Amino acid sequence: MPQRSDAAYTIGFSAVVCVVCAVLVSSSAVALRDRQAVNIELDRRKNVLAAAGVLKDGESLSREEIERRFASFQVVAVDLRSGEEDPSFPIEGYDARRALADASASRPAPRNDAQILRVPNHGLVYKQLDAGGRLDLIVLPVEGKGLWSTLYGFLALGADLTTIRGLTYYQHGETPGLGGEVDNPRWKALWPGRSAFDEGGEPVIEVTRGRAGTVQEDPHRVDGLAGATLTSRGVTGMLQFWLGENGYGPYLERLKKEGVDGQTP
Amino acid sequence: MAKPRDVLIDPLFNNNPIALQVLGICSALAVTTKMETSVVMAVAVVFVVAFSNLFISALRAMIPTSIRIIVQLTIIASLVIVVDQFLKAYLFDVSKQLSVFVGLIITNCIVMGRAEAFAMQNPPALSFIDGVGNGLGYGVLLLVVGSVRELFGAGTYFGLPVFALAAEGGWYTPNGLMVLAPGAFFLIGLFIWALRTWKPEQIEKPEA
Repeated sequence: MPQRSDAAYTIGFSAVVCVVCAVLVSSSAVALRDRQAVNIELDRRKNVLAAAGVLKDGESLSREEIERRFASFQVVAVDLRSGEEDPSFPIEGYDARRALADASASRPAPRNDAQILRVPNHGLVYKQLDAGGRLDLIVLPVEGKGLWSTLYGFLALGADLTTIRGLTYYQHGETPGLGGEVDNPRWKALWPGRSAFDEGGEPVIEVTRGRAGTVQEDPHRVDGLAGATLTSRGVTGMLQFWLGENGYGPYLERLKKEGVDGQTP
Repeated sequence: MAKPRDVLIDPLFNNNPIALQVLGICSALAVTTKMETSVVMAVAVVFVVAFSNLFISALRAMIPTSIRIIVQLTIIASLVIVVDQFLKAYLFDVSKQLSVFVGLIITNCIVMGRAEAFAMQNPPALSFIDGVGNGLGYGVLLLVVGSVRELFGAGTYFGLPVFALAAEGGWYTPNGLMVLAPGAFFLIGLFIWALRTWKPEQIEKPEA
């Protein structure tokens, strides 16, 4: 038995423990990675469904059911520089968040209210078509800073590309009970029916301070989150950014003019 | 030498890590709003305490005393990461709800406490049983608190409706306090009170 206080023994022992633990941790991470990736993709689909209102809050679905409901959606890559759909873009495995770290796949964002620093060149949108092949609903990814964290979510617009059908966040680190109330079903229920753009096509939807009126009286504003001015402002900023000229604005313009699939309606 | 049966059963009520030692309160507040998360958290902690006790006890004669805490922590942290990875792969929804609290098992005083107080002095098999027992002691309290909080805070049990909610035309208005952390504090307090009434020897002597 070596001396337990011997420095060489101590270093040797800790090295062995480190190597064994590192092998254990990394092999479990590698072995489970594929399954985790499937789960993350499934989770993303679920959130698209939630934004589109096809999935109620707190409803839990089997994997097959999510796949079934998601089957009516078409995933389309949009080139945010030109506002055109890019059918040749490899959608499989594309992660817009990773693209932000790649200078050739993203560009710096102009000054904005949501502290968005970079914009990816491509974004994935989800289109739901009705039986006649006409656009019924479109889901756009949105992200931006709140108070503490970046909020990631989806915004669903109806067939007129102006009426909001839903807004849902799937990841954020805002204060529970204050900014975290972006997850509150009652607050989320205030969004459907509001109008994202004014008559001139400017994205004017905003989270106001205090209470907004009903959808009819006050189509462009939603109640503020009590005690969470900065999160509210972040939501306003990110929606206006992603619906604006640097986000999906040009693409939505084009869709309005050309109709779905480039065919004039 | 302690008997295996006592080592397993004692932590449930006689020496409950939460109720008597008042350890691991933070996660007990955070994960008990629903039964689903309570059960998964309880199982995760049983696994981590049991195996950290087993490995630490197996190595106890070899661990240099000067670095024993960091060695214990390395083993515990590795086990916790494996559990976290496993949950992300097989129970993704629950793992999302548990968020950081699985990772925070590393800092749960129960795990370190058992490693230092028991596994360093006892043989591996007995240490393993001690880990299971203490994990279960933590788990029992989680399940009790989780049951009350989900039932009265949401009117459901394991996500299945039990009380017809007023919002859906029923009779029960959920108690918002149960969903919030203070509700869990009150429940843990009541549990400790009940336990110490049943077993008065657990009452601490008043400080002079």
